[in-house]
Amino acid sequence: MAGSSDETDTRLDGNAAAGLLADIFRCEPSMAVLVCSGCGAVGPMGSLLAYGLEMGAILRCPVCDTAVLRAGAAGNWLYVDLRGAVSVRVEIGE
Amino acid sequence: MAGTALSGRLSWQLASVVAKHNETPRVITLRLASEVWPEHLPGQHVDVRLTAEDGYQAQRSYSIASAPAPGSLELTVEEIADGEVSPYLSEELRPADQLEMRGPIGGYFTWTEADGGPLLLVAGGSGIAPLMSMLRYRAAAGSDIPATLLYSSRSWEEIIYREELDRMSGDAGLRIVHTLTRSHPDDWDGYTRRIDTEMLEAVTSSLAANQLAYICGPTQLVENVANDLVGLGYPPARVKTERFGPSGG
Repeated sequence: MAGSSDETDTRLDGNAAAGLLADIFRCEPSMAVLVCSGCGAVGPMGSLLAYGLEMGAILRCPVCDTAVLRAGAAGNWLYVDLRGAVSVRVEIGE
Repeated sequence: MAGTALSGRLSWQLASVVAKHNETPRVITLRLASEVWPEHLPGQHVDVRLTAEDGYQAQRSYSIASAPAPGSLELTVEEIADGEVSPYLSEELRPADQLEMRGPIGGYFTWTEADGGPLLLVAGGSGIAPLMSMLRYRAAAGSDIPATLLYSSRSWEEIIYREELDRMSGDAGLRIVHTLTRSHPDDWDGYTRRIDTEMLEAVTSSLAANQLAYICGPTQLVENVANDLVGLGYPPARVKTERFGPSGG
């Protein structure tokens, strides 16, 4: 798991960023399924590794360390950079 | 399944402190009340935000420790000596004070009866909080899903919810195993070391296959246990983790 980052003490689970991301996801953010652009790993956001929750969040792939999602709040705006994800899948119910 | 409900907008709200009590010398539990609080799912957390007079804000996430109940929740907080938020929650906050929070948050690290089992819960220190919500929910629901808790504490005095866990340990289908890593009573006959591969193997050897595992605690403990469980044959998708990080609380 999480090989190349040596920030063991600072990483959390993607789950921890769900509050920050609730404004942009209509579903529960931690259950959104992302496909990593680095290695193709598939998993719910809650299973990614979260860093830097003070300023925003960087969610990294637990397999290859690619930054799958970056988010930051500034003033009344929430910025989300998803270029590390091939796709994002959310369940839309019935 | 739990995470599929539409969450709506997650807004900051004010909760009132109803009660506060000590769990251990360094850990307190806050009971909060909020009219708009929905029932949470066991394992979810809230974000707590403090705002100083000059506008400076500090925010931390805390797991919910209580069983789901509308309008009410409990947070168990370990005081971190040089933290920004936990000393305020531990020392300054009084019943009737208000606290800014948003939640319940998270659908990944949650468990209800519908998720099935059997359950393997592994906690380090205050990482017990979200797992206690699951155990309290399990007890309240009268669930017969088998559950095992392996709980690492520094000493007997620092076992959070010790008496309640002792009472619960008589419940059908629930097994609780403690390990004490720094000091232990003279007559202690349980484990006296950090959780390691051998201990996990011993604790899980009698369990049925296909346990659903939840691990919460300091990052290093969580990652070691998760790796060990996968090494013991647990499917990675059935090993859920909640890292507490560096405890900068």
